[in-house]
Parts: sequence; C-alpha cells; structure tokens
Amino acid sequence: MFQAKAKVIKNIAVTQKCYKIVLLCHALSKGAQPGQFLMVKVDNGSEVLLRRPFGIHAANGRSAEILYEVVGRGTEILTRKKPGEYLDIIGPLGKGFSILDPRSSILVAGGIGVAPLLFLAEEIVARLPVCRTGRDGQAGQSRKVTSKPLVLIGAKTKKQILCEKEFKKSGCEVEISTDDGSKGFKGKVSELLKRELSTVNCQQSAIYACGPKPMLQEIGRIAKKYKIPAQISLEEHMACGIGACLGCVVKTKQGLKRVCKEGPVFSAEEIIW
Amino acid sequence: MAGLIINIGKFKLKNPVMMASGTFGYAEEFKDFIDLRKIGAVVTKTITLKPRQGNLMPRTCETPQGMLNSIGLENPGIESFIRDKLPILKKIRVPLIVSIASEGNAQEFIALARRLDKFKEVAAVELNISCPNIKINRSPSHQATRPQNQKLIAQDPRATYNLVRAARKNTKKVLITKLTPNVTDIVEIARAAKEAGSDAVSLINTLNAMSIDVDTRKSKIAAITAGLSGPAIRPVAIRMVWEVYRKVKIPIVGIGGIVDTHSALEFFIAGASAIAVGTGNFINPKASIEIIDGIKKYLIRNKIRSIKNIVGSLKI
Repeated sequence: MFQAKAKVIKNIAVTQKCYKIVLLCHALSKGAQPGQFLMVKVDNGSEVLLRRPFGIHAANGRSAEILYEVVGRGTEILTRKKPGEYLDIIGPLGKGFSILDPRSSILVAGGIGVAPLLFLAEEIVARLPVCRTGRDGQAGQSRKVTSKPLVLIGAKTKKQILCEKEFKKSGCEVEISTDDGSKGFKGKVSELLKRELSTVNCQQSAIYACGPKPMLQEIGRIAKKYKIPAQISLEEHMACGIGACLGCVVKTKQGLKRVCKEGPVFSAEEIIW
Repeated sequence: MAGLIINIGKFKLKNPVMMASGTFGYAEEFKDFIDLRKIGAVVTKTITLKPRQGNLMPRTCETPQGMLNSIGLENPGIESFIRDKLPILKKIRVPLIVSIASEGNAQEFIALARRLDKFKEVAAVELNISCPNIKINRSPSHQATRPQNQKLIAQDPRATYNLVRAARKNTKKVLITKLTPNVTDIVEIARAAKEAGSDAVSLINTLNAMSIDVDTRKSKIAAITAGLSGPAIRPVAIRMVWEVYRKVKIPIVGIGGIVDTHSALEFFIAGASAIAVGTGNFINPKASIEIIDGIKKYLIRNKIRSIKNIVGSLKI
C-alpha cells in the first residue's frame, strides 16, 4: 500500500457517461493485482472531502488505468482532470481475484463492472501459453477454445457496452447481453450466463463477476446450482478504504467482513445476502 | 523537540497530536503510510466488554464538508482485543489510549477499566460516554449512572459524575472522558468529569445528524440518524473547547474536523492541550505527521518555545 502522486496522462470519455483515466505512477501500478482498487482524492477538499474508490482497470508496472462511470459529484470532478495534473492516490488496496488454474474462466460483467475484469482477463490470458500467441481460428483450435476466457458483458443498451474490443484484443471470447435487445442476447447478463452454462461442460469452469448487487446475488445462485466456484467483486461506499473505519462491511458466513480489506473480491458462497 | 512535549495527568506525550477513536482502527491499518512511533498517542476504536456486530449498512455517507457515520461500535470485545490487538500495538510501541464504552452499564465500564489496568502498554483509558450510535440500556438497576430519559451519559452532569467517579475508583490509569456536543451547556458536563477525577476531557464527539436520499426518500444511513464529523463541525468544536477552557481547569483534547496544521492550531489557541485527528485520517493518512511538522515550524517561525505557551492564547 502506498500514498502517491500520480500524473494524469489521459482522461477521455469512452461512452456518454463513462471515462477512462490513465495515471503514471510506478508505486500504484507495480504489484497491483486484478480486483484491487485505488482510493483517489479527486479534489483538494473544497468540493468533496473523502476519497473515492475505483477498481484497477489496467496496470503494467508503470501506469495504471481506471474506467469510471459518472455517478455523482466526485466522479464529475474527476472528468475535469487534464493531462499533466497530479492526483493523490492510495493503493493498491484490498484483496483481488485469485485465478483458479487450470479451469476455463467465465467472466461476467454488468455495466461498469467490466472495469476490474479487463485487468483480470489479461492476467488469465497471460497464464495460458496456448492462447498467448494464436488468434481466433488458428492452430490448436480445440484446446484454445476451451481455455480461452469467456467474457459476458451486460449493458442496458448497445451504446453502453464497454470494453468489447479490448476483451477480444486480449484474447477472450465475448458474448453480449442488452436489456433492450439492441445487441446480442436480450435480457440480463445472468440469463446469458445460464444459457452459456447449459451448452458447455462446466465441470472445470470458474466464474469471476463484477456488477450491481442483484446481479452478483443471481450469479451466486447460478454458480451454486452448477457447482462452479464463483468470485464476485463487491462495490461499496467507503470512507477510509484501508480497514480503519468499518464503514463498508458485508455479512458473510464467517461474520462481518470489510469490503475494503477482506474484499472487495469474495467467494460468492461466503456472502449472506 | 522539547517544545512539543505535553502532559495529561501523569501521561507524558512527546507531541500533542493524537489519533481520534474510531478513525484509526487499531493503528496497524496505517503502518504502510506513516511512522506510527512519531505520533503523540493513538486512541483505539472503542472496545466493549462483549463483541459487538455494529449497525446495519449503509453506515457512512459524505455530507458538505463532512461525513456521517453510524458504525454502532463494532468491535471484537475486550478479551479478543487483549489477545489479538494489544500485542501488535505493544510491538509498534505507539503510546496507547484505549477507548471503552458500554450501553450505559457502569459495571461494564468498571470491568473494562479494571481489565486494562495491569497492561503497561496502555497509557490511558478514554471513557466514551458520548457515542450517538448505540441503543441505550433501559435496565432500572443502572439508574445511578443512567439519566432517566434515554439520554447519553455525557448529556447529564450527574450521570457523567457518577460514571467517571466509578471508573476513577477502579483504575490507576490516566482517565480521559470523551464528551458529546449534543448538549445545551458543555461546561457543566466538563466540570462534572473533572470533579469526578477525570484527568482530561476529549472535545468533541460527533454531532447528531441526518441526510436523506430524495429519490428513495430514505435516510442515507440505515440507522436513520448518525454522527457528523469532519471540517463541517470544526467551528462548533472550537467554540466548545474555548468555553470549557475558560471555565474548567482541565486539560482538553481538541477534536473536530482537524485536517491540517492551521486547523490544529485553532484548537490550541482556543484552549486545547492536545488535539486528535479523526476524519482527517481518511482524507490524508499522513495528516497527523504533517501537522506535527507544521506545529514545529509555526513555533519556530513565531519564536515560541513550547506548544504549552499557545494553549488558550486567544486574544480578546
């Protein structure tokens, strides 16, 4: 864990309400695990006081990326940050995903929940030697297809789909669901997951999910039914982000746990909804 | 740096900057960000006799220049604290003040104070008789220390006196009593604490407050009401420190929205002998260290030999 000043390299809109900010900072990027998060001080305290938590979208040892949705004052202020400005950030924080080898991975993202999953997908792909070199439809196909991470992206409409290209580029198979059916499967992404699971042999699968709470709860149910291990990343308002204030607890089978410290990634079966 | 040393009773602090209860966990949470041995003292998250689950979520929300919290004194209980946390705190060698509370049962305060008495690493005990986020025990057997109409102990001078007196008789530790700002006259409560043998008072705990989500028409906090902290309450805290400083001769630990050197100095000038950083720890984990350095610089710049010389130095 570090407190560091990160230089803004880029801060651009990717959809109408979502932005991507690229930050130069070795301390925050080095050693960051998929599923971990950063606490960002978005201004000097005159407009908002507390830091805001964001899942790490990408980290390469040098820079880190955050993909964020504008939901309130804090994120609105963040959109105004220009390249060259510095942000006071604490991180990397919390416990991230643990990649279960050699299972075939299914990543389920709802809305802005794609943010930490792209980082995870890249990490999973990096661990798959077969997948690393080839592209779609090339040599070693049958093995590749089973080991390639499958990413299910859920959004309200076609316009709000995030990171489809990025996931494909990193070597994942991608399926889309939209609430209004404007692209891909019509319905919730959890429904799409059910459909996918019914068509494949999922004995060796592992689910990794991030999105709204009702979606994660539903994914927990599905995973239990199919007896697949599922890790979910929870989102919560936080005051400190480092386990001190006890403001972001979640009920688990082992008692209350702090989302910022023992999480944000939990085993789905652990959570008492 | 002799200029920063202060005393609270027989407790000598190398500098007057503390960490307020509930905002610093059990110190180890901050070890990656600051050198804990530089801090004057750490006040732990409040400990109760039995473990407490605390309140339902959501427990916090941001408000203009402040935040609400209703954690509900979640803690592992005294025995688990002694077993799991105290050895770590001892190892860190940070001067330690243990905050204790009960739902209004004096016997529990006494048991807690007694239990901590033999631990050398505990420099002082803070009596948290002012947490706004716990249900209050109605049991008639506690009426000696419990005011009649569901008030907090620190909202009643007699109850404050009786509780502090009982604790005083049962511990040799330095006693600090944490008071609530949710009273008409803070002076009479501080006076009761002093007369009962408290070595110092902490001013202030959070202000009773509320915030509403207009779309759902629900309180932003599950427990509906909560405690307000942060810069928003600073002027209230400074006013109360000033009132108590003028009327009661007792060391004051000033708390309320301290985020930097400037805000810390306001408290000393108003009459605080020490200060504690609370919500400020969340905004900047290094705030306390920056404040210690900032106070040193202020003293040098103004040719003041000791921090004691500015305590209560308000010009009127």
